[in-house]
Amino acid sequence: MSLRIVVTVKYVPDATGDRHFADDLTVDRDDVDGLLSELDEYAVEQALQISENSDDDVEITVLTVGPEDAKDALRKALSMGADKAIHVEDDDLHGTDAIGTSLVLAKAIEKAGYDLVISGMASTDGTMGVVPALVAERLGVPQVTLLSEVSVEDGTVRGRRDGDAASEQLEASLPAVVSVTDQSGEARYPSFKGIMAAKKKPVQSWDLSDLDIEAEEVGLDGAFTKVETATARPARTAGTIVKNEGEGGKQLAEFLAGQKFI
Amino acid sequence: MAEVLVYVDHVDGAVRKPTLELLTLARRIGEPVAVALGSGAADTASVLAEHGAVKVLTHDASEYADYLVVPKVDALQAAVEAVSPAAVLVPSSAEGKEIAARLALRTGSGIITDAIDLEAGAEGPVATQSVFAASFTTTSRVVKGTPVITVKPNSAAVEAAPAAGAVEALAVTFSAQATGTKVTGRTPRESSGRPELTEAAIVVSGGRGVNGAENFAIIEALADSLGAAVGASRAAVDAGWYPHTNQVGQTGKSVSPQLYIANGISGAIQHRAGMQTSKTIVAVNKDAEAPIFDLVDYGVVGDLFDVVPQLTEEIKARKG
Repeated sequence: MSLRIVVTVKYVPDATGDRHFADDLTVDRDDVDGLLSELDEYAVEQALQISENSDDDVEITVLTVGPEDAKDALRKALSMGADKAIHVEDDDLHGTDAIGTSLVLAKAIEKAGYDLVISGMASTDGTMGVVPALVAERLGVPQVTLLSEVSVEDGTVRGRRDGDAASEQLEASLPAVVSVTDQSGEARYPSFKGIMAAKKKPVQSWDLSDLDIEAEEVGLDGAFTKVETATARPARTAGTIVKNEGEGGKQLAEFLAGQKFI
Repeated sequence: MAEVLVYVDHVDGAVRKPTLELLTLARRIGEPVAVALGSGAADTASVLAEHGAVKVLTHDASEYADYLVVPKVDALQAAVEAVSPAAVLVPSSAEGKEIAARLALRTGSGIITDAIDLEAGAEGPVATQSVFAASFTTTSRVVKGTPVITVKPNSAAVEAAPAAGAVEALAVTFSAQATGTKVTGRTPRESSGRPELTEAAIVVSGGRGVNGAENFAIIEALADSLGAAVGASRAAVDAGWYPHTNQVGQTGKSVSPQLYIANGISGAIQHRAGMQTSKTIVAVNKDAEAPIFDLVDYGVVGDLFDVVPQLTEEIKARKG
């Protein structure tokens, strides 16, 4: 038996940097350092654990859609232990929204061949958290998403989804699309050996024509949504800061009472 | 007047507050038509009518509880086809966003998630979002299909607006995908007796400075004196001091209460992403340089173990 896992990852601007919009109201990617979205590291980690716990022959492919620099995200995943990588890159992809991204991912996943797709719970820039559900809808396979625990055995994926009202145990037959949360287990750091090995692992590049996608279906013009304005949030006006000299709690209560919270 | 579909989040017929907020927003765009699914669906009608629903489409089947997400997408798709609405509004829960996304794809429509405000516009509803850890505010529009928009809790007031609320049965045929992901077990969360974190008017949170699970009792005591929900920073959750369901921040809940009280929380970007849109922000931290103080309306530089109990006592005394 073999198990083909495709892990979708995103290259995002560093959240600790000064993130902002470009003139066309897309996310500016030039002025802020990028990296593998932290939440996708959990997806790579779970793929590696499934592989380590499996008697099957498991092959892990990391897939990203993004500009040239997005290769950095693939390289990081490869250095963690993934086997190979696919980079979908095309100038016409600039400005693609979630619906368009799911089209590109689904076509690439089908072309690569898969039994299991694993994604992070959301990207750290867009934070929508909808792409795994969209990819499942497009592929027509079960969505087993937002898992804090995941396991694969005999062609069945099982996991625990911690929702607001209840914690649910889920089960689906492969092929399936899984997403994992940051509660699924800390992601490993690449070892020196892993970093060296990653340099020799294959990274394939595909463009839209490789995936039979027309330029009009994606990009800013193909988007189903349009950002009309983006405004930097005004800095909060400086508040009152007091040093506790023994009455700090009472002073705070006085402030809250003045604001009618008490 | 155009109809606007509102997906009802309810537990056995008890409608959750964010759905009532959606009815307020829906009335700005058109006539709200609610869609309630699963056990107790018909019981939602009276409360929905009081808040502006002209119609309540209901359907109950075991599939809604037994399988993940897709049966609800099938039903909402049937409702869209029956009503041809001007927009579909869904509460921004994890499940709500997944339902909305699949619905949008099926109906050839765009999706906007986590709106914090919604207005009618000449070319369709305009949604306001808070992005990049609340450092930017954007306005966006769906430009193809029937706009599908998910809205965060606390984005609008709950308003009384009596309407007919006529209950109609929704005809639903489940798709082949509906039974793909089986729910084999469900453990309801134990109620803390406190308000729901995302819906609360006041949130009291603890972070690394709380320094131990046992010390969260003083955070809870402050919360209870104010009738508040309890939150925790990622540092506190990762340390195992408080449950992940209470985590405020990028990978936890995003909250926007009237008042947010951060105790022993430095204010890392990951945390700010989840609370920066709170109306009034207050912090207690012994480090005067903590970035959280850049956000506050009022801050106390001091040991939370001195300040917080004193604050709790003072609140209790004032409330008598």
